[in-house]
Amino acid sequence: MAVQEVRVLLDNIDEPGLNHIDTYERLGGYQAMRKALTEMEPDEVLAALENSGLRGRGGAGFSMGKKASFLPKGSMDKYLCCNADESEPGTFKDRLLMQKNPHRLIEGIIIAAIAAGANKAFIYIRGEYVLQADVLDAAVREAYDKGYLGQNILGSRNDVDLVVHRGAGAYICGEETALLDSLEGKRGNPRLKPPFPANQGLYNGPTLINNVETLNNVPLVIAKGVDWFKQFGTEQSTGTKVVSVSGNVQRPGNYEIALGIPARDLVYGLAGGPPPGRKIKCWFPGGSSAPVLLEEDLDRPYSFEAMAEAGSMLGSGAIIVVDDSVPIVSVALRLAQFYRHESCGKCVPCREGTNWTVKMLERIDTGDATPMDLEIMAQVQTNIIGNCLCVLGDSMAMPIGSMIEKFRDEFVEHIERAREAKDRLSVELGTYAEPADAVA
Amino acid sequence: MTDSPRGNGRSLRESDPLLADRIVGTPEQQAAARPAVAAGWDEPADIEKAPATIPDLSEVEVPPALKAEIEAHMAKYPNVRSAALPSLEAAQRVHGWCSPEALRQVAAVMRVTPAYLSMLATFYDMLNTEPVGRHYVYVCTSVSCHLRNAQALAEAMKAAKQEGDDVNVREFECLGACDMAPMANVDGRFIGPIDPSEAPEVLAALREGRTPLPGRGLGDEGFRLPWEGES
Repeated sequence: MAVQEVRVLLDNIDEPGLNHIDTYERLGGYQAMRKALTEMEPDEVLAALENSGLRGRGGAGFSMGKKASFLPKGSMDKYLCCNADESEPGTFKDRLLMQKNPHRLIEGIIIAAIAAGANKAFIYIRGEYVLQADVLDAAVREAYDKGYLGQNILGSRNDVDLVVHRGAGAYICGEETALLDSLEGKRGNPRLKPPFPANQGLYNGPTLINNVETLNNVPLVIAKGVDWFKQFGTEQSTGTKVVSVSGNVQRPGNYEIALGIPARDLVYGLAGGPPPGRKIKCWFPGGSSAPVLLEEDLDRPYSFEAMAEAGSMLGSGAIIVVDDSVPIVSVALRLAQFYRHESCGKCVPCREGTNWTVKMLERIDTGDATPMDLEIMAQVQTNIIGNCLCVLGDSMAMPIGSMIEKFRDEFVEHIERAREAKDRLSVELGTYAEPADAVA
Repeated sequence: MTDSPRGNGRSLRESDPLLADRIVGTPEQQAAARPAVAAGWDEPADIEKAPATIPDLSEVEVPPALKAEIEAHMAKYPNVRSAALPSLEAAQRVHGWCSPEALRQVAAVMRVTPAYLSMLATFYDMLNTEPVGRHYVYVCTSVSCHLRNAQALAEAMKAAKQEGDDVNVREFECLGACDMAPMANVDGRFIGPIDPSEAPEVLAALREGRTPLPGRGLGDEGFRLPWEGES
């Protein structure tokens, strides 16, 4: 199968020295910023972003231009936060974009900040990305030296200050309000919404929060136009998407595709499919928070709307492939352990629900569970969804719930087999009475 | 925690006989059932102690380089509290961990209470409130790496650690390098894919001050994944 990548965001990604401003400008960089500053009014930039249909690439898939237009007008301090706390298991697209092409992100931030009227911008990058943060720091210095950041950019009345802020290891800080709290120097706990960050965000000022990949798209939309951008993708999912494919595939990596191509082309064509002799058991279409889909769902188009229709979501655009050698219980357990560890503990359903789920899955694996535990576990998941300040709990409940639904037989079999093994073990050790079948 | 690294060293079972009757499961199961974030929850607080106030800069000796770095961070933000995380990270680099002395120094420069900093240090995974080691090896064991045998790598790394190594070897949640799975973050350098048999070499390199597995880290000259460049 010859499936071609559509390299728009990753166009010059292998160019040596792209992380330096000279190389980036030689390849046409910062032209979109010039255009936005000298030829366009902020409202026009905003309208272009909205008309492009660009949807947020961080997980929720909300229209980027619309989000930017929610910020109130007026001459108060307004903020733009770039969410670079990429921690969703399976996702590693922003890492590549920041490390190889930091200036396109900076250019996108400048344009988005001007469109939204923000004068202070922050990149909240996760603390583990040491290399990428260093690259960004150097790039920001270069942009300041050139006068693209700071006061009166290119002689206009626009000021944009940009600070690279490093996190310190917390998945929850990828949630937008937790990110704001963390940036303000607090524990990363999500806030009650409303007020939404657009009205009351960072330091209580209006704040626009966008993902790295979303902001990377902004210079392209401005430089090449709305129509050019809309030629890629489907009507409701415009543009290209950098998809991180990982797990049981032969060639894990980042692949850029136009939204709407069959998922099978991605998984088999680009990523090489599962190892020889293996079949796909299930796959996560949008990071570990997305409900799992089955092998036959690979024929669906990979787009926001088609994944939602399939009962899952495109999320951050990270495909994790699980092959048939892996017990589903071990995937579920690993997943639940992640969310238990990363739950900030603010809301009870999430804090307790993730812990309960891990305990129940452990019981299943050690042979202490009964089929009734499966019912309780499914019930715990439904009780988490929608009952917390943020979606971290939901992010565990949805995939675990979908696994129980789609692999119920395997769960039941796992319970039975683990229990049998335990019974035999107990008989050997002489600590329990012999079970009935052992007597017969 | 039955193996709580701090405190009186006694397990919950020993320290509270009344509670011990109500605990179910083996010690391993109990330890596994408790989230790692709750370390130290069973230690009583010393309520007789006066609350720590903002330490005076004239009474606290702060290394000049650290002081300068913290002040540089403070100047970057509209609100100085935003500088707390980068400052703690800087202090940890100097002291090896967020020790009470490190917190006092940051608190004195930033004009905040040590309690406030302690609140942060206990929340974030990369800030250590125990002297666990100046180097770190974080082995990612989240879903994608788990599917590519990360558990074996984590066990091998732990086994390769020797007595006296100044290294914090731990399992870590997704590090955003699923294409390199199984991988480890060694002092900020992402290395992968690593075979479990290479774990002793990584630890040995850290011990001897060499770069572990040169050429295999993300960002190294000519770094490629084994399958990149194939058709």
